[in-house]
Amino acid sequence: MAEYRSASDATAAEAAAETAAETDGTAGGATAPAAARPRFDLGQGPGRLLVWLYGVFTVAAASRSIVQTILDFDRAPLAYLLSAAAAVVYAFITYSLVRGGEQARRAALVCCAAELAGVLIVGTWTLVEPSAFPDSTVWSGYGMGYLFIPVLLPLSAMVWLRRAPRG
Amino acid sequence: MIDALTLAAGLAALGLAAWCGFAFTRDQPTKDWHFIGMAVVSLLVLVQLVVGVVRLAGGDRPAQGTAIFVAYLLGAAAAVPAAGFMSLAERTRWGSATVAAGAVILAVLEVRLYDIWGG
Repeated sequence: MAEYRSASDATAAEAAAETAAETDGTAGGATAPAAARPRFDLGQGPGRLLVWLYGVFTVAAASRSIVQTILDFDRAPLAYLLSAAAAVVYAFITYSLVRGGEQARRAALVCCAAELAGVLIVGTWTLVEPSAFPDSTVWSGYGMGYLFIPVLLPLSAMVWLRRAPRG
Repeated sequence: MIDALTLAAGLAALGLAAWCGFAFTRDQPTKDWHFIGMAVVSLLVLVQLVVGVVRLAGGDRPAQGTAIFVAYLLGAAAAVPAAGFMSLAERTRWGSATVAAGAVILAVLEVRLYDIWGG
């Protein structure tokens, strides 16, 4: 277990170094190296819980759309494509939370807004016109089949992204 | 599958969730005893994975499809260990919250496994 920990720490350090290098490049080296470190640690504290939940939902949405697309795509193509789109959004937010930094924070905020809009639109759509969805998606009925986590997750993530400590 | 095993894994997962949730409310990170608890739950789910694969090899078929059943078995086996590793990196109350969330997810997966097998 200790080995795993040091390995992941090393990866995190590498990622931090890369981000720092990027920031240096864009800033033209005007800022001091210490100030070029990622300012937002998005994957720490409450963020760790969000990384975990977003990771789980990435796997859930992706495997759901993959299995259903392979087995019977023609039954409900719209639902399966929406699940796939949800998986992409979840994956991107997970990645942004792990990466950290101001850019990732803004990108994640935009994606969370898109995710929330998606849940609300698809949720309403499934209630108003159930015939369009012979099979349900992750976002059907505002995420009812997933304990309403799909609608709660973007809200809590947006609160965290606004309050995340400056590193 | 074996209903008793699914029930035991689900209840153990809920117990682990409550225990780690308690640690979260007391502002504590996961400790050695929590990891032993995670190991016990993981062992139960591993046994379930083996039993499930043996039953499939023996010609039994889940009601809702073999692919979905295997996907859920693998997901169930990975849930608690993955959350445990994350709590190793997060030595605060939020590590406990992560494990509690993982255990709740496992309990939900057990309910789904029961449905998928057609019990």
